[in-house]
Amino acid sequence: MLLLMKNKRMFIDKFFRYVFLGFIGVALLILAVLLYDVFSAGIKMLDWDFLTRFDSRFPEKAGIKAGLFGTLYIIALMIPITFIVGISTALYLEEYAPKNMLTNFIRLNIANLAGVPSIIYGMLGLGILVRTLALGRSVLAGSLTLSLLVLPVIIVSAQEAIKSVPASLRNASYAMGANHWQTESKVVIPTALPSIITGFILAISRAIGETAPLIMMGALTFVMFTPEHIMDSFTVMPIQIFNWTSLPKKEFELVAAAGSSVLLTVLFILNGLATFIRYHYSSKY
Amino acid sequence: MAEINKIEVKDLDFYYDEFQALQDINLEIKENKVTALIGPSGCGKSTFLRTLNRMNDLIEGNRVEGKVIFDGEDIYNKDTDVVELRKKVGMVFQQPNPFPKSIFDNVAYGPRIHGIKKKGELNEIVERSLKGAALWDDVKDRLHESGLSISGGQQQRLCIARALAVKPEVLLMDEPASALDPVATAKIEELIDILKQDYTIVIVTHSMQQAARVSDNTAFFLMGVLVEFDKTERIFENPSDQRTEDYITGRFG
Repeated sequence: MLLLMKNKRMFIDKFFRYVFLGFIGVALLILAVLLYDVFSAGIKMLDWDFLTRFDSRFPEKAGIKAGLFGTLYIIALMIPITFIVGISTALYLEEYAPKNMLTNFIRLNIANLAGVPSIIYGMLGLGILVRTLALGRSVLAGSLTLSLLVLPVIIVSAQEAIKSVPASLRNASYAMGANHWQTESKVVIPTALPSIITGFILAISRAIGETAPLIMMGALTFVMFTPEHIMDSFTVMPIQIFNWTSLPKKEFELVAAAGSSVLLTVLFILNGLATFIRYHYSSKY
Repeated sequence: MAEINKIEVKDLDFYYDEFQALQDINLEIKENKVTALIGPSGCGKSTFLRTLNRMNDLIEGNRVEGKVIFDGEDIYNKDTDVVELRKKVGMVFQQPNPFPKSIFDNVAYGPRIHGIKKKGELNEIVERSLKGAALWDDVKDRLHESGLSISGGQQQRLCIARALAVKPEVLLMDEPASALDPVATAKIEELIDILKQDYTIVIVTHSMQQAARVSDNTAFFLMGVLVEFDKTERIFENPSDQRTEDYITGRFG
């Protein structure tokens, strides 16, 4: 009887282990199929020329240079904007703001904003940035639109990271005679930074793949130049890919696959970099 | 040697919002002596300890009435520089709480925030503080390893070293050994005995044996009231209040 019960317990224990393993297997399999599908089709078109050529009406002459540069410019502008604004906001809300109804209201609404569909941000970008502020369909307007899109996610994840810093560390710092800012800058932020960076990079990655808000705000689809200035117009990789898939010529499917491969590679590089930074940073202690 | 009052507490009341946690506390902390605060959980001994370096300021809704006179000045005077106060009145907490930084950076934290940048000076302070906390020989070859990589007892001594690095005059200890094993506890107690030559120590403890072993004076708190305050041997051998006797003989608490 005892043995039977033991067997049953062990069975249940193993059962869940394999169920979870099964689910992760399914997720990995789907990812593998997807990546294989994209890269195996993409490889046929993918060469150095593809990266250095502009778009073309002819599939064999089409390249992704405009989108690649557009995306890189957008990221380069977005990273400082969202990092500074996002972390400052999270720090203020968690560490400085008085604990009252207004603070709670703001906090709640930032969490809500994180769930607003991206196309709404595109409309906001078009209405406020492109038209009212007359930024035009520029790199600046595009990166600000995407910044608005990802800021709520960055703020919420940074808030969580800051909240997870133990109170005992803050107390230790105050007890040494540190003031509020010293405690934040020397103890709270360094301790929370690895998690902050993780959330930050995930949010930026999401923005890189966004198409809808940029189309909505009027980024171009067919571009034969790279932006030189933050007020120049631009396109990004996902828009180019989207554009290629909608063209009638069958060969553009391969071009789109090649574009997707480049987009994914940029994402992998960024995520890898983030993992490296995070690992390097946290292993210092 | 004449005993000097390092801290004088006069008619101190402390409130968390409406709740009065301390009532009319009067006592003197003697210089270069160990003062133990004992009493059952929730009696206000830790709250009292935190009024001495104004750590209670960090809790919203706190209110203090009365005086805490440190070196002749009331620390609740509105002109008091809390940073200067906390430099002079250091604190060690119940759970060892080293920063997730290297051993060196943990000890150098205090001097650095108070503006010491020279490497040579910092090296000297770190070595002196770690020696003061009887930790130097254990860690001198791995100052750049994480403060979290050493044992719990060593972490607590690291926290003591960190507190010593800003050259305090008073050291507040909130149950510093309650999270440690007996061997590590004995080391902390030995250390307290050495430290009192240079520092004035106030220690909160749950263990009456510990209070009896390490302290010169003992204050017994009960429900926010200071029941009795006297020489430690008197408190343990011949208390004048029945409640003190009941507590130390283990009848409650």
